[in-house]
Amino acid sequence: MKKLASFFGKAWLALVFVFLYAPIVTLIVYSFNEGKGRKWAGFSLVWYERMLHSSAIGDAVVNTLSIALLSALIATVLGVISCIGLSALKGRAKAVYMSINNIPLLNSDLVTGLSLMLVFVAVGLSFGYSTVLLAHISFNVPYVILSVMPRIRSMNQSTYEAAVDLGAKPIRAFFAVTVPEILPGVISGFLMAFTMSLDDFIITHFTKGPGINTISTLIYSEVRRGIQPSMNALSTVMFLSAILLLILTNVIPKDRRVKQKAAD
Amino acid sequence: MERPIITLDHITKSFDGQMVLDDLSLDIHENEFVTLLGPSGCGKTTTLRIIGGFETPDRGRVFFEGADITGLPPYKRELNTVFQKYALFPNLNVEENIAFGLKIKKKSKDYIRDKIRYALKLVNLDGYEKRDPSSLSGGQQQRIAIARAIVNEPKVLLLDEPLGALDLKLRQDMQYELIRLKNELGITFVYVTHDQEEALTMSDTIVVMNQGYIQQMGTPEKIYNEPENAFVADFIGESNIIDAVFVKDEVVNIFGVNFPCVDKGFGVNRPVDVVIRPEDVDLLPAGQGLLEGTVTHLIFKGVHYEMEVTTANGYEWLVHSTDMFPVGEKVSIHVDPFDIQIMNKPQSEDEEAIGVDE
Amino acid sequence: MTNKKKWLALPYFVWMVGFTLIPLVLIAVYGLTERGSGAFTFSNVLSIFQEEHLRALILSLVLSVICTLVCLLIAYPVALILRRAKVKKSGFVIFIFILPMWMNFLLRTYAWLNLLDDGGLIFTALKALGFQGNIIGTNGAVLLGMVYNYLPFMILPLYNSLTAIDDQVLNAARDLGANERKVLTRVIFPLSFPGVVSGITMVFVPSLTTFVVSDLLGGRKILLIGNIIESEFSIASNRHVGAGLSLVLMIFILISMAILNHYDKTGEANAI
Repeated sequence: MKKLASFFGKAWLALVFVFLYAPIVTLIVYSFNEGKGRKWAGFSLVWYERMLHSSAIGDAVVNTLSIALLSALIATVLGVISCIGLSALKGRAKAVYMSINNIPLLNSDLVTGLSLMLVFVAVGLSFGYSTVLLAHISFNVPYVILSVMPRIRSMNQSTYEAAVDLGAKPIRAFFAVTVPEILPGVISGFLMAFTMSLDDFIITHFTKGPGINTISTLIYSEVRRGIQPSMNALSTVMFLSAILLLILTNVIPKDRRVKQKAAD
Repeated sequence: MERPIITLDHITKSFDGQMVLDDLSLDIHENEFVTLLGPSGCGKTTTLRIIGGFETPDRGRVFFEGADITGLPPYKRELNTVFQKYALFPNLNVEENIAFGLKIKKKSKDYIRDKIRYALKLVNLDGYEKRDPSSLSGGQQQRIAIARAIVNEPKVLLLDEPLGALDLKLRQDMQYELIRLKNELGITFVYVTHDQEEALTMSDTIVVMNQGYIQQMGTPEKIYNEPENAFVADFIGESNIIDAVFVKDEVVNIFGVNFPCVDKGFGVNRPVDVVIRPEDVDLLPAGQGLLEGTVTHLIFKGVHYEMEVTTANGYEWLVHSTDMFPVGEKVSIHVDPFDIQIMNKPQSEDEEAIGVDE
Repeated sequence: MTNKKKWLALPYFVWMVGFTLIPLVLIAVYGLTERGSGAFTFSNVLSIFQEEHLRALILSLVLSVICTLVCLLIAYPVALILRRAKVKKSGFVIFIFILPMWMNFLLRTYAWLNLLDDGGLIFTALKALGFQGNIIGTNGAVLLGMVYNYLPFMILPLYNSLTAIDDQVLNAARDLGANERKVLTRVIFPLSFPGVVSGITMVFVPSLTTFVVSDLLGGRKILLIGNIIESEFSIASNRHVGAGLSLVLMIFILISMAILNHYDKTGEANAI
């Protein structure tokens, strides 16, 4: 009975797994297709070559990565500073603050994108790189706050007080004690913000000007006439580098830990 | 106390290749308060979980009132458990928590209401029906957990370190509470703890366990006064455990001095362990006792003084006495023959492993 | 010290006013005023009752409700299975369920075309089984795309709320006479409720408002309310109507947010 349940469990997981990965595998396979259509015309790296030579793709990649990096960095700084401020707030003020912070998380991206567009129109900003960057910072800060806040809440107040008691100035105590304690939350907040920015389409769609594209908006602009397989090549490269990055960040620290243990 | 209500028959259990219980057999009798006592990792909780049905033994069988229940799932067993951290249902209030088992057994509403009232009265928490478990103190949550178990009228109540999370004062109050409860309910309690004082206070029978073996089983008095090996002696209360030689019947040689004792049958000139409780060491002015020493440490403990007396070979005797000897004073040690407990030295390597590790 | 510290929260508060609150107010302003004259009007909001708009809203509601239910039905067993799996392994399995999100979501969705369109693997297989007609351009294809995109949003909160359940609590239920089915219905289901509610919102809101999935898999035949609002802003460039329809959408979003908020609070109180 238990074995049967475990078999069905595994089968269910496998089915969901196939469902999630089937299109991804197709996409990767087609990126190596010699032809353009759905027929397999033989293995080729032609789309990878086209990808490297396309200035549109190059620009989009640079825009996507720089916006993701910049917006995540700025959002992290802004988020951490306001978390520290928030930890001194209490009761109603804090609750109101947090619920405004949660709005972009719970709201639909469509509405968030539209509303930001209207603000930029109202202020008279010309749509382009800077409007996209501002929009990305706006929807990234809530993720940073969400992952840093629990760290600050669970932080042991007495270690900070001990540092001050032992003669450290508040700023010094902050970097010596507080920063290391909240660092894991800061890093995961940064990574979350970076990922969200990288993957965003809808908000970028409404806040970008005509002259600028990220990878997502470039793909969308090609939907009507059919997406070029060089996009498949690009996504394959990005997907595999993301996996590689994840493996590196996950395996290396573990490796070090093992070595440390062995050294002990 | 006639027939066993639970019998564990040669139970063996290991986790990930680590032996936790090794060929353990145990009878628990009706209306008995049995305590499984030992350090963490000794297998006491695993034993309880096997009785409760949350673990299945690798080998061996479990009997309940003579019937084999080894493979029976927990929900079919006529016993209930009070879990270590209460394990109250966080989404249900006090009343709903207590009613949980009864609702599953499809008891009538009136019956359930009466039972809840009775159980809450029994644990001194009447009026708490609608409260949220998270709004209660640890001690109160523990009482609710007990109430939730006993309304099902189990024949045996299993308690897994139920007082572990409470502070000292509350723990002592709850000990008396549990004894009262057991007497009122008239059912069997199987109690797991690492706290020897708890075990001595409440139990009819104590089972001292270490490393998957039963070290000794008996009444609290017997376990305390006549420990069978160095582990039990060290684990239960404070004691002086001394390498000695059993010279002949009724004579034991401690540090070169022959002490009269009451034990017989340990052979002639055989090495043995001797246990002497600190309160059984009598201090006399120098020259008047059997073994000479110097007081090297003195603390006032309220009821008595705690002293350390160092004898010529460097051994530090722990002494509890109402008479005070200041540090540096020469004293003489005397022990009454019936206060000397002789134990065989561990023989095999296996038994060596049992040895004192705390 | 503490008094000075709280001023650090100010810069982002100003930011939130500028980039969260005022934008929302602007939607209301646009939605409730007339194009050109700027006079107050309800006509933008009431344009939801135009046949095309109403049909799109109803289709969006129907598809997003079905999508949410399907996601729940797929994800709950997954989360249960992951909960039972050993902790070590489940980290890896969770990783596997998040990984697809690292592939650009437009392309991921577009890739279904390769499988479902004429000549694709699934299309060919279905044709061999006697299936007639197209898949792309049907409500079914859009639904599939929605489920595909938003399923991870359902799995994660469910998994989180299920793994937060203490094993001892389940053992307590078994001890009190509950068999496995009753443990599931009486303990696990109620305790996972906050996760279910949060998963529902996380799937329902984006699937109600999407315009990308229908663009990609609808073959230009399926119009959702998201498509209408998007085209009012980008093509027809009547922002007032678009904003008015957004206000209607926000009513539905607010309702689901209110529900989430209500259960989130009780969930938190219980978790302590």
